[in-house]
Amino acid sequence: MSEPQENLRTPLARVRHLGAAHSGTRHFWHQRLTSVALVPLSIAVIFLIVSLLGRNHAAVVQILGSSPVAITMLLFILAAVYHMWLGMQVIVEDYVHDELIKLVTLMANTFFCVAVGMTASFAILKLSFGL
Amino acid sequence: MTDINSSRVKHRPLSPHLQIYKPMLTMMMSIVHRITGGALYFGTLLLVWWLTAAAAGPNAYADVQWFMQTLLGRLILFGYTWALIHHMLGGIRHLIWDVGYGFGPNEREWLTVATLVGSVGLTVLLWLFGYLTMGVR
Repeated sequence: MSEPQENLRTPLARVRHLGAAHSGTRHFWHQRLTSVALVPLSIAVIFLIVSLLGRNHAAVVQILGSSPVAITMLLFILAAVYHMWLGMQVIVEDYVHDELIKLVTLMANTFFCVAVGMTASFAILKLSFGL
Repeated sequence: MTDINSSRVKHRPLSPHLQIYKPMLTMMMSIVHRITGGALYFGTLLLVWWLTAAAAGPNAYADVQWFMQTLLGRLILFGYTWALIHHMLGGIRHLIWDVGYGFGPNEREWLTVATLVGSVGLTVLLWLFGYLTMGVR
């Protein structure tokens, strides 16, 4: 008691070390994890898009449906959708101050990202399996 | 007591907002990083359209191809690739900062200029490659 208090956190909070956000560094870490994954994946997808631009439908279907390209696209979409979900969450938390609007916007963010991810993945799987 | 408290609340200094600062390149690039991130967020709809059209069949794909050949389509696609490359290079810059390097005044300016020059240069090179391969085929 006589010692000056250096840390205002309770012992339980210190043990949990989750900080003021109550979720630790998970958000930060997952943002970085997906960003590292997205560097090679984005380069691959950019080249793919530009090189497929002038080709006809049959060629595009054949290339997009081939296993290495389809797997690359699926990995890109998975990482991109998670990355942009985290990123848009931060933007909303920074600029939307009304609690109800913030809640609705964060919900819409999740719906949008899941819908984009599922639709794009479904299209690639459809092309791959030739349904 | 309440008077003292309310006046203290009134005169509490506020954190200065953007208009206080002299615009600096690092600051502008930070803003552009967020803007390109937001643009790419909605740009994924373009990717979804492209993929679902390819999966749907030749007619749906012909619509995408027609739109991408218009000036507007080309501009959107060019902008999308630039935004993606810029956001990627900006992200790499952030990763360098995350591991503790590049914080010196010259280093951070250099990194910022490299991001901008790199993104514009690489986008132009990419489209040169795109048009050249299109011509060859």
